[in-house]
Order: sequence, then C-alpha cells, then structure tokens
Amino acid sequence: MFDESNIIVGLEIGTSKVCAVVGEQSADGALNVIGLGQSRSRGVRKGEIADAPMVEEDVRNAIVEAEQMADVEIRNVYLGVTGAHIRGFNNRGVHPVVSADREISDDDVQDVVKNAKAINLPNENTVVHAIRQHFFVDGQDGVTNPVGMLGSRLEVDVHVVHGHTNRLQNAIRLVKGLQLEVDEIVFNGLASSLALLSGEQKELGALVIDIGGGTTDYVVYSDGVIKHTGVLAVGGDHVSNDLAYGLKVPLSRAEKLKLEHGSALVDEAMKGRTLTLTNELGLPLKTINVEHLQRIMSLRLEEIFQLVEQDLAQAGLSDYLRAGVFLCGGGARVPQIAKLAEPILQMSVSLGQTNSVSGLKSALDQPEFVTAIGLARFGSFKNRKREGKSSFPERIKKTIGTILRR
Amino acid sequence: MKTKTEIQTPALESSRTRTIKIFGVGSAGVSLLDTLNGEEFAGAGFVAINTDASSLATSSALVKIHLETKLMRGLGTGGDPERGRAIAEEQFATLKTACEGADVILILAGLGGGAGSGISPVLARAAKETGALVLAFVTLPFLCEGNRRQQQAQQSLEQLKSVADGVICLPNQKAFKLIDENTSVLDTFRITGGLLVEGVRGVWQLFTRPGLIQIHFDDLCALVRDRHFESAFAFVEASGAGRSREIVEKLLAHPLLDEGRALAESDAVLVSLVGGKDLTMAEVNRVMEKINRQCERAQIIMGAAIDATLKNKLSATVIAARHNPVAKTEIVSGSSEPIASRGATSRSAAHSIPSAPSFTPEQREQMVARHSSSGRSRRNSSKMLQAQLPLAIISKGRFDKSEPTIHKGEDLDIPTYIRRGVALN
Repeated sequence: MFDESNIIVGLEIGTSKVCAVVGEQSADGALNVIGLGQSRSRGVRKGEIADAPMVEEDVRNAIVEAEQMADVEIRNVYLGVTGAHIRGFNNRGVHPVVSADREISDDDVQDVVKNAKAINLPNENTVVHAIRQHFFVDGQDGVTNPVGMLGSRLEVDVHVVHGHTNRLQNAIRLVKGLQLEVDEIVFNGLASSLALLSGEQKELGALVIDIGGGTTDYVVYSDGVIKHTGVLAVGGDHVSNDLAYGLKVPLSRAEKLKLEHGSALVDEAMKGRTLTLTNELGLPLKTINVEHLQRIMSLRLEEIFQLVEQDLAQAGLSDYLRAGVFLCGGGARVPQIAKLAEPILQMSVSLGQTNSVSGLKSALDQPEFVTAIGLARFGSFKNRKREGKSSFPERIKKTIGTILRR
Repeated sequence: MKTKTEIQTPALESSRTRTIKIFGVGSAGVSLLDTLNGEEFAGAGFVAINTDASSLATSSALVKIHLETKLMRGLGTGGDPERGRAIAEEQFATLKTACEGADVILILAGLGGGAGSGISPVLARAAKETGALVLAFVTLPFLCEGNRRQQQAQQSLEQLKSVADGVICLPNQKAFKLIDENTSVLDTFRITGGLLVEGVRGVWQLFTRPGLIQIHFDDLCALVRDRHFESAFAFVEASGAGRSREIVEKLLAHPLLDEGRALAESDAVLVSLVGGKDLTMAEVNRVMEKINRQCERAQIIMGAAIDATLKNKLSATVIAARHNPVAKTEIVSGSSEPIASRGATSRSAAHSIPSAPSFTPEQREQMVARHSSSGRSRRNSSKMLQAQLPLAIISKGRFDKSEPTIHKGEDLDIPTYIRRGVALN
C-alpha cells in the first residue's frame, strides 16, 4: 500500500457541491490525482456554512466516495475556505541588518518576515495566509533570496489573507467532527490559481477568477507572486435566483433552465424565441422568453466582471496581467462567458486548464474541480518543503537514523 | 343622533408671522402630541382629537376635541375607520373652527385603527378649506397587526394624500431594524413615536430657525406631494470637531434610509442643516458634497440655518422621496371622487350597521380603476415596472435569510436587471 504521507487530500465545501480530491505525490514531488468524491451541498450559502448537520452529511458522503475510488483511507485534508469575510492586503516588514559585516543571514530573513506578518488585525480576525512576495535590500527591488547579500536594511512585502476567526473555525470544527485532521486551511481562490497557472504565467501576470456557486474568488499574480486576492459573495446561486425571480419560476426550475438554455451573451438567434415549461404529466405550465432568460443572466455575470475589474483598477493592477485571465468554477461553463468578459476586463480571457497535475482525465477537465485539485496541489507544495526532495527509502533511513541516535 | 362636543378656547400666540398648529388624531396621535408638547415647540398650538375620552383625559394639549355619539357608548370607534370618518364628517364644522387661524397645520396620527384612519383625512380636508398648508405625519401599523389594519391604513393613506399638501409616512415595520430581541413592546412604540417626533422637529426647525439658505414650506410640500408611498426621513445630530463627517456617516448608516440605499434610489431629497453660530460654510459644503454624490439622480433641496442654542452641535434632517407613477394616478383618481361628496344618509346607514364589508362601492370602483391603470402601464412602458414592486420589498428568495452582500450601498442579492432598471418586455 501507499505510504500515508504520500496521500494528499483537498476538501472543498462549496455552495453547490462538496468535493474531495485524493492526490498521490510521487518521489519527485509531482501530483497524481487518483480519486475524487463529490456530493451535492445543501447546507452552504455564499460559501459559508449555514446548516452544519446537513453539511456534515454531505462531507461524509464525498469523503467516502473519494476513499472508495482511490482505495485509501483519508485521515488528513487540506480544507478550502471562502466567504465574504475573507480579505487580502499587502503589508511590508522592515528589519535593520545589524551584523558587523552587513551580510544578510538566514536569521535576518526570518526576522523580516516575522515583522511583516505582525499586522494590526481586529481581534476577531485571523491570518489565513501570509505569502512572501519580494525582498528589498537597501531599497533595491526584486530580490527573491537575499541570503548572503550585503545590505543594511532588509524589507519584505507579504500578501496577507485574513478572515473572521469564528467563521473559519466553523468549517474546521465540522471537519474535525468527522474524525479528519485539517492539515491547513487554504483560501479557495489561491488553491484554484495553484492548479491553473504555470510558473511562466505567474511571472507574466495573470488573473484567476473562480466563479463558484455562492462566491466569486479571484487572485492576481504578477512577477511570479500573489499581488491581490478578493472574494465577492456573488455567484451561480445569484444567477439562478435572478432567473427564478425574473421568470417567476421555482428555484429548482430556474437552476435547470440556467444549465440548459443559459448564455453569458444574448443570442441573436434566440430573440423572440419562447420555451414552454411542462409539468410532470406533460401539460404546458408556462411560457418563457429565452431572450429574457439570457438577458437576466448576462446582466448578472457582466456585473460580476465589472466589480472584479473595478477592484483591480483600484489596486492598480489592470495593466500588469500579460498572460490574461483564466476562468474556473462552475460559472466558467456558461457558454460565451469568455466573450462577455473580454471587453469588460480588456484582456484575453480563457478557460483555465489544470496542467500541472496528472491523473484522472475526467476530473482534470472539469472547471468545478479546479479548487479541490488546487487544494491537493497546495498540500503537495507543503509536503515537498517539509520533506525536502528525499525519496521514500531515504526518508526511512533518516527516521531510523534519528531513532538510533537517541 | 346626539353629539356632544367639548371645545376649550384656543390660546394661541398670534404674534408670530406664521402660526402653526399641531393636531394629534387618535390614541397614537394624542400620545405623540404629548411627547412633542415641550419647550422646544413653544408657539405652536396643540390640538388633541379622539373618540376615546380616556386618552384625551391624560393629554396635556391645550385644546381637546372629543368626538362622540351615543352609538359608541364612550368606547371609541372600535377600530372601524368608517365610524371615525362618519363622526368626523358630522363634526366637520367643529374641526374647521379648530383649524382656523393657522398658516400651517401638522397632523400626527397612527393609521390602521378607527380614529386615526377615519378622522385624519377629514381633518386634512377641513384644514385645507381654511386655507392652511397641511402636512401629515403618519405611521403604518406593524405587519403583525394583521391584514385588516394594513388595508385600512393604506386606504386612509391614499385619502390623506389626495387632500393634504404632503404626507410623510413611516411604516412601523421599519423600526424592526432599530430594535433587538430584547426590546419591549413599550420601547418599540416609543422608538417609532420618537422617529416621527424627530421628523416633526426637523420640519419645525425649517420654519422657526433663521435660515441662511432658506427652505420654503412650498419646497417641502412639492417634495412630498405626488411622490410615492412613503418618504424616508432621518434626523441625525453630531458634535465636536469632526461633526460634518460624523453626520454623513450617521446618515449613510441610518436604518430608516436603508443604510444609504434610500438616498441612492430617491429622486428628490430635502436636506436641512441646523448648527450653532460656529457653523462654517466648509462644513455645509462637505456634507452636501457627500450627499450629492450619494444621490446623483435626485433633485436636491437644501437649507442651512442657525440656532444659537445648539452650540458646537450640528443636526441634519433628510427627507428622501421616490417618485411612484402609480401613486400619482391614484391621487388623480382620488381627487375626482372626493370623500366629501358622500351624502349624509349613506353615511349614517354605513355605520349604524356594524360594517362587515370594508369597501364602499366608490372605494371598490377606485380600487378597480387603480388596478386597470397599473395593468395598462405595466404593458406600455419600462418605467412602470417599478410600480409592480412597491417600496423596496423585493423578495431575495434564496438569500432571504443570509447575510446581505452589500457593495457600495447596493444590495447585490437583488437581481441586477432590477437594480439597473432594465426592462423585460
């Protein structure tokens, strides 16, 4: 059987579905997806848990399905979190180099990062991520590793993602209640970007927009590092709700109409076309104008992109995204969505592909699973850092060695 | 039918250039009147009108008018506005004498019950006939008080609007935003009453304080007349160095303005600033700039005044009104069929039988006319779509119970096409 530490599981408790991805990490650190479990989510609104017992059941179902498929026992998960309470901002830490020879040591680097992470947050908030960006040595920009350089003043920028402690704890506690360990919580948008972007794209500058059921998460990379993150508590649910309201049909029917006839742009050919809804006996119930359906949908999606664009413009990042925009999440499935987004964001927009992971083809092609795959990928990065690049037999040797040395 | 009426001679100050009388109608109106009857409102004539003797007995108003018939056996109208109206019509002459000599008449009432809903429209008409400007401040009942009371209140509101120069209306339901789980019923009514009193105070200040930038009463009436269902209003105060900023913040967070959304949606806004002698133009400018930015679509009427007693304080009264095309048609149809035209015989017949049907034929006709007119307009133009959705009660469906997604004062849970006013025809 597999060594347990080689198995990495990403668990996303989303608004429309709960999804668990089981990945196996090979000796060289590459991730291979071997199992996937999902279940319809019934207790989540706008990315946050609203009905805990219901969510517990859904998570259990998804985990069991993933276990069966991958034929492993799941003990640890990397848990994805999102919600309107999550915010990101950039912070700078400063540290004077005091050693006589002015050479920057490892300790200096640790100190400056620690300074950057010391942020004034409201009491009820906790830091989810503090991601290192670039170092500055005496004001010199763009240093990625300052150890060994000479300087008197070391600075570092970090991108801090923080959220409401209690709301984050809700999800963690729920998962722990199912006898699962939470290795780490990860912001969903960050996970998606890890699954989609290659190193080159991060270097060029890219925007990943994950349009989920309850929230739209976005992450901006530039110069190889995360520059901006954001959550908009608007997603596919809102589209369905708008349709239910505008077409005066029940929500479940609106959901179905969205999937069958939805489009991000109003299709000229559909103008004046109508649909007749029938009940279970095949009798006509109601006639619906397809143009209205698409217009309602188009307006909502357009608004989502406009809000993202406004946020980026405010952060001054619009001009640094040369690799373009990558869409994922269930919202990326809407026909013509890239065509709608392009004029708003004024960049090339494409659907994201999970390139850096191998394994189940059926899972990798679906935009809905990007976040969960990204969570597993996040786990594989962590593992690699922890273990170094040592292979399995070497690791055993190391463990035995440490035992013998005692 | 015998009637007994008590009138005490009014003791009014006639020295003022503009005489203001404040009427409290019904039990709610009378108790509101009591809270107003303080030093601040010296110079106004207070008149309490009710059918219930016990409520009048406790009132501190100078003039009390007790409307009574034998039929009521001293028990008031029993929640039936028809009776309230009938008795007010009978005593029309008395009401008119009470109104005489005033330039401006403010009517305070709680709609939904018998006296408030029945008497207020008649009183407004009486006041109008004496040549005064009439402004009514009314509350609508809580939703939990039942359908019947809501209906009565709405009817009465329509009638009031067709006769008064302006109606400022506060649905009690809105006060739910201001209270928490533990607020007692007593406190809740005190809060809604307090809000109305603040509104009256704001208007009072418009007339009585020397204005740097004057707002005329006509401006106010033009603002509230012919507009919509309810005007949102807010009264805030702040003091200290950052008071202008504080005022704006408080306004934008005010629950009665829906956290500033009411401002964004309104198309006419009246802002009155009152400060001490140290009120600076920069402050006025700062506040107005922010408010202007909030309501770009609106026509804004502003006034600034000095009150020497306010020292270091700044207070702002904001009345925001939204245009409602259907409300306008209602008013037109209402004025073509004035309540006054109803004969005395039909009146007595209507109230001698404990009335089971709450609509008279005329009202029914009016309702039908309203329905057909709104139906027509819905088909014709896009703007009329708004009329289908009165107030801001847009069901949020799936997101009804979740935390609203507010982005720059906009509730993103409401369908985009509605917020942008896109027509689906």
